[in-house]
Amino acid sequence: MNAKDIRKDFPILDQQVNGNDLIYFDTSATSQTPSPVIDAMTAYYEAYNSNVHRGVHTLGTKATDGYEQARMKVRSFINAKRFEEVIFTRGTTAAINLVARSFGDMVIEPGDEIVVTEMEHHANIVPWQELAKRKQAELKFIPMEADGTLTMENVEATIGENTKIVAITHVSNVLGTINDIRAIAEVAHRNDAYIAVDGAQAVPHMSVDVQDLDVDFYAFSGHKMLGPTGIGVLYGRSELLDDMEPIEYGGDMIDFVDLRTSTWTDLPVKFEAGTPMIAEAIGLAAAIDYIEDIGPEAILEYEQELVNYALERMRSVEGIEIYGPESRAGLITFNLSDVHPHDLATALDSEGVAVRAGHHCAQPLMKWLGVSSTARASFYIYNTTEEIDSFIESLKRTKEFFSYEF
Amino acid sequence: MNFNNLNQLYRSVIMDHYKNPRNKGVIEDGTLTVDMNNPTCGDRIRLTLNVVDEIVEDVKFDGEGCSISMASASMMTESITGKNINEALSMGDEFSKMMLGEDYDISEEMGDIEALSGVSQFPARIKCATLSWKALEKGVKADSK
Repeated sequence: MNAKDIRKDFPILDQQVNGNDLIYFDTSATSQTPSPVIDAMTAYYEAYNSNVHRGVHTLGTKATDGYEQARMKVRSFINAKRFEEVIFTRGTTAAINLVARSFGDMVIEPGDEIVVTEMEHHANIVPWQELAKRKQAELKFIPMEADGTLTMENVEATIGENTKIVAITHVSNVLGTINDIRAIAEVAHRNDAYIAVDGAQAVPHMSVDVQDLDVDFYAFSGHKMLGPTGIGVLYGRSELLDDMEPIEYGGDMIDFVDLRTSTWTDLPVKFEAGTPMIAEAIGLAAAIDYIEDIGPEAILEYEQELVNYALERMRSVEGIEIYGPESRAGLITFNLSDVHPHDLATALDSEGVAVRAGHHCAQPLMKWLGVSSTARASFYIYNTTEEIDSFIESLKRTKEFFSYEF
Repeated sequence: MNFNNLNQLYRSVIMDHYKNPRNKGVIEDGTLTVDMNNPTCGDRIRLTLNVVDEIVEDVKFDGEGCSISMASASMMTESITGKNINEALSMGDEFSKMMLGEDYDISEEMGDIEALSGVSQFPARIKCATLSWKALEKGVKADSK
């Protein structure tokens, strides 16, 4: 893997921000888009933009082929058993909400337990809170160790015979913790519970095989894996999806419509009411091609190099506090002495360095860490150790700037 | 290195208010309490005021946030103390105009707040500066209902 070659595919990276070369360290929020993905979507709009599953004309057929081939691509990328198990959604958030609304309302009874963790993104807490309220169910949290990891002892102790759903992130967007989903799925299933996984921070960075993980639901987003915004995927076991009711109604998802009643069409379109995200699905397929060309293993290995290098260099900056475990995905959440993360992010931006600052849509986790907000640098295939060196120099200058007696 | 424009944002008077906040704390028996947060970044503020016959006799702020939001709150408490509450709201309107880069009318007796004019060059930070003024507006409007 050669990041310098890869960068040539990302026109956005070749620019100056506030007079400095852009250093983009905010992939965990959204990744940048390589030319092949942009080209695939442009080709769709220039040559075969048309609605899917409807007309018999040539463009409509091509658009339908493109959209459905994207589904096949996703199927093989995550190794789902059947293409019907791949539902296109607006993103991870919409996918989790679909599971909580449709599956949750179907299986949860008063007194049942829904198990989550304190490291979840709001998108994987709030839908379950609301489900628990609707059904008088109980929300339980698997406790975390001091370094932000889970132990199997605590997983076993929290998931019990009353647990109906375990909802958990694969990779924490703040701590970088990589959860052992296969082991947690085994505990869930042993207790006759289902497991739904937020894979938004995992799929872009490592090989994910939903059959090997043995999960019931798995959600992820296109825009964090080199694809466009506005598209995501819900994987679900077909026997569960078959029993679930749609939560949106309208065109495409029906079988027969009478004046007063209607019936639904088969999977996967049952859950895709209305005109879907056609260009975005085609863009996502191109993003998967791009990732597969490099290889998920090579991506993971390179990110590990970057994050370990960054950890070592950042620890040399006086006054820095780094959150999360030693072994982590390619992101580092931190604070710099008494510089507020917003001030830090503004100062770094003035030198062209883009980092995230705030609560990262994880307010319960911020509380657990005992901070109101943090800064986060996250890395991907187009970042380099040279960029990390520049970032370290910017951090040092920022610290100096704010420690100056004004 | 491009910290020149940073100096426009982080003027020394702002950092002084951040490091030595004025009127920090809570008025226990105030006539008005208002909590406000910025859900996108986690900044939060509590304003307590003692308003007697429409005059702001006393005002304090508490909370946590970045230098801009905390300095702005500190400056605001200084500028509205002793003022008629409606006058204080008008000052908030002028402050918003300054943030948006529009023509504004801020007199010298309003204290240090004009030092925040540089924030208008940093669109991502405008909400930090306006947090305390929005809290004031919200509190007064809720109170008059």
